[in-house]
Amino acid sequence: MELDRVEDLLARYFEAETTIAEEKELKEYFARPDIPAHLEQYRPMFGYLNSAKSERFTGKVPLKKSTGVSLKRLYPWLSVAAVTVLMVGTYFGKDYYDQQQLEKQKAEYAYQETRKALAMLAENFNRGTEKVAYLNEFVEAQEKIYNKN
Amino acid sequence: MQQSDFLKIVTPFQDKLYRLAKRLLVSREEAEDATQEILLKLWSKSKAIGSYNNVEAFAMTMTKNFCLDRLKSKQAGNLKLVHSNYKEEGTSLQKQVEANDSVDWVQRIMEELPEQQKMVLQLRDVEEYDFEEICEMLEMKPTAVRVTLSRARKAVREKLMEKHNYGIG
Repeated sequence: MELDRVEDLLARYFEAETTIAEEKELKEYFARPDIPAHLEQYRPMFGYLNSAKSERFTGKVPLKKSTGVSLKRLYPWLSVAAVTVLMVGTYFGKDYYDQQQLEKQKAEYAYQETRKALAMLAENFNRGTEKVAYLNEFVEAQEKIYNKN
Repeated sequence: MQQSDFLKIVTPFQDKLYRLAKRLLVSREEAEDATQEILLKLWSKSKAIGSYNNVEAFAMTMTKNFCLDRLKSKQAGNLKLVHSNYKEEGTSLQKQVEANDSVDWVQRIMEELPEQQKMVLQLRDVEEYDFEEICEMLEMKPTAVRVTLSRARKAVREKLMEKHNYGIG
């Protein structure tokens, strides 16, 4: 390509007046190794524009999931789920707590009753011990008699 | 519509969707997510696909809108910059190294352009669509496309010149 033509194309290129075919010509021209020094500065521009097309999409397209919901769309529902769990938890949790309290009260009552019963038992035992103390007198008297002999 | 039919329609231009998404979102992961999302949306509309006269342009418009929304939303706050390596063939090693540097530089220059200019430059100079198609895809008037394209090309040239004159490129 002649230099005149390149310069003309360049001028029109920057005014956005070139056709696709002319732009391709430019890209081809600037891919050549022998470019006049004053045009060298345009090389990276056309070089980049030409090479940028070679980038590929490497991701997968998960079409199977398309009928369902994608994970990202599920995300807002996470808060709803969390609140639900919290509410259900509070409801049943309260039930459980009440039950626990009731059991505690029952246990306390049983403990008190048992204590009362044991106290009664102890009292009666003490009374028994007093009576047994009389027997001691008998043993002492008996020993006195043995000692005398 | 069967999956295979759908893939036959979509395969020719899914790379273009991805490249447009990457141009706008910069990060490779973001662009891949966006492309997947767009393809899934297309698939969910696959029954109606026959009624679009230009599925490719329709998909491009979807990609554009999707990415612009993405950029507007908060998520855009934590986009990552990803640099890719581009190959240039047919030059000596030294030149190639230099060229690679400046080619990367062009990419970075393009990242700084306004979205509108990025998209026009991408569609015209990378994907080589003609003006009518670009008008349809970007929902713009032909004159607006031309003006934007001219501005984008000049902006890239100007930045490149600055770099060139500093002697870094």
